[in-house]
Amino acid sequence: MSSKADIGEQAQAGRDFYRALVIRRQLILVALATALAFSLCVDLALGPARYGLGQVVEALLWPSQVDEQLRVILWEIRMPVALMALVVGASLSVAGMQMQTILNNPLASPFTLGISAGAGFGAALALAFGVVIFPFAVDYVVPVNAFLMAMLTSMAIYGLSLRRGVTSETIVLLGIALVFIFNALMSLIQFFASQQAVAAVVFWTMGSLTKATWPKLWISLSVLVIALPLLARRGWALTAMRLGDAKAESMGVRLRSLRLEVLLIVSLLASISVSFVGTIGFIGLVGPHIARMLLGEDQRFLLPGTALSGALILSIGSICSKMIIPGTVIPIGIVTAIVGIPFFLYLILNRRVATW
Amino acid sequence: MVSLQLQDLGAAYGGNQVLSGISTPPLTGGQLVALLGPNAAGKSTLFRRIFGLLPGSGTVHIDGTDSPNPIAYMPQDNGSRPVLSVYEAILLARMQGRRLKVLPEDHAEVERVLDVLDIGHLRSRNAGDLSGGQRQMIGAAQALVQNPRVLLMDEPTSALDLSRQIDMLTLLQRLAKEQELLIIVALHDIGYALRFADAAMVIDKGRMIACGPTAEVVTAEMVREVFEVEARIEPCSKGSPQLIVERRAAQPSDLRPGGML
Ligand SMILES: Nc1ncnc2c1ncn2[C@@H]1O[C@H](COP(=O)(O)OP(=O)(O)OP(=O)(O)O)[C@@H](O)[C@H]1O
Ligand SMILES: [Mg+2]
Repeated sequence: MSSKADIGEQAQAGRDFYRALVIRRQLILVALATALAFSLCVDLALGPARYGLGQVVEALLWPSQVDEQLRVILWEIRMPVALMALVVGASLSVAGMQMQTILNNPLASPFTLGISAGAGFGAALALAFGVVIFPFAVDYVVPVNAFLMAMLTSMAIYGLSLRRGVTSETIVLLGIALVFIFNALMSLIQFFASQQAVAAVVFWTMGSLTKATWPKLWISLSVLVIALPLLARRGWALTAMRLGDAKAESMGVRLRSLRLEVLLIVSLLASISVSFVGTIGFIGLVGPHIARMLLGEDQRFLLPGTALSGALILSIGSICSKMIIPGTVIPIGIVTAIVGIPFFLYLILNRRVATW
Repeated sequence: MVSLQLQDLGAAYGGNQVLSGISTPPLTGGQLVALLGPNAAGKSTLFRRIFGLLPGSGTVHIDGTDSPNPIAYMPQDNGSRPVLSVYEAILLARMQGRRLKVLPEDHAEVERVLDVLDIGHLRSRNAGDLSGGQRQMIGAAQALVQNPRVLLMDEPTSALDLSRQIDMLTLLQRLAKEQELLIIVALHDIGYALRFADAAMVIDKGRMIACGPTAEVVTAEMVREVFEVEARIEPCSKGSPQLIVERRAAQPSDLRPGGML
């Protein structure tokens, strides 16, 4: 037991330790946000017509003062695509992070749980046979189909998770089984479909931001903007889930209802994103792992950090997709995988702190 | 003062009824109660049932407190996830159900618990890298930091060394008295129950065998019946009762077909 003065000193030591931790994490968040802003400007500058960063910043801050052509290219052509990269990157990354959290499994992501594959199958049905689940606005036929199949997949996963004796490993296994099934079904569709349709399906599954428009951006952004505070509200409980079910329960976390709530939110996030841009599998796995390495498990920092790192990765991916072959925009799903996975492996193999 | 009463409590896993008819008189604050029973008797299950993690028949009455979460529960398994610093892991237990912002009093509470358990030096360590006993201390801290009125601790001393076992039970005894808490600890060491606990509950095969003041409940007959061990209970030189084990009572039941193993 210690004297009063000792206790005061110790309490100070504790607060100092914690404050240092918090400041370090805040700085990392600021650094990520700065990198993101920079990456966005570079992304906007690149394209068939190249602009200097100064011009881009000027056009962003005072759109009425720059010449008409620059304004149109930047604001109407490139901006929705560049912002879509950020929104989709953030959405998929956050969805993956929370799937990993609620399933206690580092392999969980929209891709490995079959949600992306489900979306792909839905899109393929629409592209190849014009099978439309809800016919309205032509521009949205493919995304709506993809979205519905993705949500259906999520609900199947959730339904399974309710069964007695189903562990998180079983759920990930089921997800991977679904990936194979959907892939087989897509091959079947391609086998019967016309050449043109096959090309469309293949292109869709590569994942591309070029289909982005302002309305699609607004839809994805509003889902993200609604989802983030809902998830943040559960920050302490979600952090506790990383200590294992028994520990989380003993802290009063209601596992079942929390899992359902979070799974619903992240399914929506993931489904909306993949249905607009196609399969970009890798973000939902890597974004969260990078954020965990940088920021630790406290969701008050991990949640924004995951969104930022996902957005940053996809934004850098978007830059690379224009730079690798000048004049050609390589589908971003391919680029993020080729550029990102070696980087990811490097991080995993060289990390100093274990995160799982 | 807080009081807890169990009425005809039951619990089942799937179709397997593991607890039934558990009733107690009102257990009031200010006491340390030992929960005794052989392996698989249902001690952990009873804690989970009281804490509300298991459905089942019967009722748990809590009176004399207006706290919305009067019970804290330290599970038997402390986990070993390498994910948070000790300080954060304890703060996390405190912040459940609260706002995202950590207030100065939350930090003060964490520091108080670190000090009371004498684990301040572990503050910045990764909670997953600790030894088994250190993890158990963190588990105790996570329960205490919630400022409960009723504290359920599942074998809080099972991984501790001799001096820390005594420190822990002495501390719990003192906290029960000073803060009028009701603390129920599952224990395997009947000697400690005799020495530290004001009251004892004995369960065996999911049923309540006895509940009352320690001296009345923990007797040579009870030890023979429930634990199948011949023992004497004698006052030591300082006067507190002690358990002296003589031998295994009957044929070890767990080696017979249909036994525990
Ligand atoms: N999750 C579970 N699913 C099914 N049966 C369980 C589960 N947990 C415990 N049981 C069963 O319930 C009975 C009581 O177990 P419990 O863990 O409550 O015993 P205990 O008294 O705490 O034992 P110990 O001293 O070994 O900790 C045992 O027969 C056990 O097999
Ligand atoms: Mg037990």
